[in-house]
Amino acid sequence: MIMIKKFRIDGLDCANCAAKIENKISKLNGVRSASLSFMTGKLVLEADDGVMDEIVEKAKAIINRIESGAAVKEV
Amino acid sequence: MKCKAIRIAASAALLVCALIIKMPAEMAWLSTALYVASYVIAGYDIVFGAIKSIFRGNVFNENLLMSIASIGAFCVGEFSEGTAVMILFQIGEAFQDAAVDKSRRSISSLMNIRPDHANLVTDEGIIRKDPEDVHTGDVISITPGERVPLDCVILTGETYIDTSALSGETVPRAAREGDTLLSGSINTVGAVTARVMCEYGESTASRILDLVENASARKSNSEKFITRFSRYYTPIVVSLALILAIIPPLLIKESTFSEWIHRALSFLVVSCPCALVISIPLSFFGGIGGASASGILVKGGNYLEALAKVKTFVFDKTGTLTKGTFEVTDIQPQLEGISKNELLRIACAAERASSHPIAMSLKKKAEAELVRLDEAENIREIAGRGVCASIDGQSVLVGNARLMSENGIECAENKAAGTTVHVAADGKYLGYIVISDEIKSEAHDAIAALKREGIERVVMLTGDARSVGRSVADELGMDECFAEQLPSDKVERVNELLEKSDGNDKLAFVGDGINDAPVLARADIGIAMGALGSDAAIEAADVVIMNDNLLSLSKAMRIARKATCIAKENTVFAIAVKAAVLVLSASGVASMWMAVFADVGVAVIAILNAMRTLRTNKM
Repeated sequence: MIMIKKFRIDGLDCANCAAKIENKISKLNGVRSASLSFMTGKLVLEADDGVMDEIVEKAKAIINRIESGAAVKEV
Repeated sequence: MKCKAIRIAASAALLVCALIIKMPAEMAWLSTALYVASYVIAGYDIVFGAIKSIFRGNVFNENLLMSIASIGAFCVGEFSEGTAVMILFQIGEAFQDAAVDKSRRSISSLMNIRPDHANLVTDEGIIRKDPEDVHTGDVISITPGERVPLDCVILTGETYIDTSALSGETVPRAAREGDTLLSGSINTVGAVTARVMCEYGESTASRILDLVENASARKSNSEKFITRFSRYYTPIVVSLALILAIIPPLLIKESTFSEWIHRALSFLVVSCPCALVISIPLSFFGGIGGASASGILVKGGNYLEALAKVKTFVFDKTGTLTKGTFEVTDIQPQLEGISKNELLRIACAAERASSHPIAMSLKKKAEAELVRLDEAENIREIAGRGVCASIDGQSVLVGNARLMSENGIECAENKAAGTTVHVAADGKYLGYIVISDEIKSEAHDAIAALKREGIERVVMLTGDARSVGRSVADELGMDECFAEQLPSDKVERVNELLEKSDGNDKLAFVGDGINDAPVLARADIGIAMGALGSDAAIEAADVVIMNDNLLSLSKAMRIARKATCIAKENTVFAIAVKAAVLVLSASGVASMWMAVFADVGVAVIAILNAMRTLRTNKM
């Protein structure tokens, strides 16, 4: 089963960082696709059901590392 | 923001002092102190951010690169340049933030259809509520000037509804008891009460907002290219900077490290690909926002990009090129003893259960003629052909010529334009009924406009008879027409057309989204017309035209071309300026000042250029 989760990320300051975050998250194991739009601050994450929670944690860590101070909220 | 402006001004003032005051040699430390103070005021947050990012292992960070560049300038004795770079970087960043913020806001104001409250009618009077807390079946009141909060049906009252935010249609539409109001439109003159038809999440306004917001997730090829490009760009430029700082001073006689390090520092300043990474997605996002303000919903940047490359347009006829409101225009009994009304009665009974437009028009005619309706049994629909049923023990066939010939019944030929419905009972041919459909008034102009946009082929597909299809196709100036197509044939035809076209040219299919989901999905771009109310169409299509106006098609193409063109301009411009500055700084011609311009200045210009995509109302 593939699951899709959407997040709103507030406090994205730089477009290049958004691109980096997207790239890093899409390379995580179990992620089918990840898309982060700098303009809307929306992250759409597509991943296998079983590993979703784990991936979300890892994704949050990535976001925090590249853009510290960004708030991630599930929508 | 204000605080930052003060900081930048103070820092700039100190820099100017340091530059103009000629210090005597023994007081040189004072001038250095001025530069350092100016630098610290302008850039302390950047340097802090840089230090933090080192600890997080995030090396190619903009702040870090900028800090190294400016501190490096200090180290090689270029105090004024190091300070100026930091100040200009901060100014550029502030402009960039403002531009991004402005474009975000103008896009969201274009899509300003989110209702903020609903007036719930209760026993205790009217209560103002969040639209999300109002449920299906509740009664709401909408006063003049208010936005319709949820899709609803008018119970009492009459008014005019402004749907421009949804469809780009500027003329208000009359609405009265029993009419449906779509959320996001505006009630203009009269107060009405209405019954809510669905939850907020499924309402038109929230579906459209969802669609446009999610559109940024489907990235165009140019966006993907830029993301890939930027992944390699920074590391490559930083490595080049390192090489430039170390190798030439070792090889070239009489050159100093400090001079080459100075040149290399300019590389670090231009190493952020921000101008590209912001402006390309912004061009597409702006195009999507601008299109939606004109009643054209595009589901992603990739579709906008494909739309700009369409060379073949395939149209479904009924409901797309024609109004889809059929009317019985002729009844021709062909068997002795069968009256016109008799024929209509049988046909109507057999089609009773169907919601097909043909069945609806038969029913309408029967009601107008006050024909008594028979009961039909064992009704069976045969896709693309018609229906069979038993009426008073007779086995009745109602449908097209194909249905008749497949059942071995010879039928009369109808020469007049329109859809012919043949009727047979117990193997005997009874006669036919002609139903015609009106061509949309703007259809001819719309096809001509598409050809002016450079569309090479316009093709029509229809389930109707050859003669009907031909006459409509000729009238509209279509290049090709395929008649008597079953839904499955239509997919087949589109497949053939796709095979014939070369890879770069795209094919768009335009339908009303009701029966053509497979074709919509198969085409490079599926466009659903007037599909505001239909979930299935919004789901299957890539582009949804909300105002049902065929002229929107050429407009959609113009918007798509403008957006892709602006994206291309920005790509070329930003890469060219950066490349030029890299070459010039390597050869020692460009200063760090120019490098800062290549970084943030280009970003601001590219953003402003991208914002042009938003202006679509005069297109």
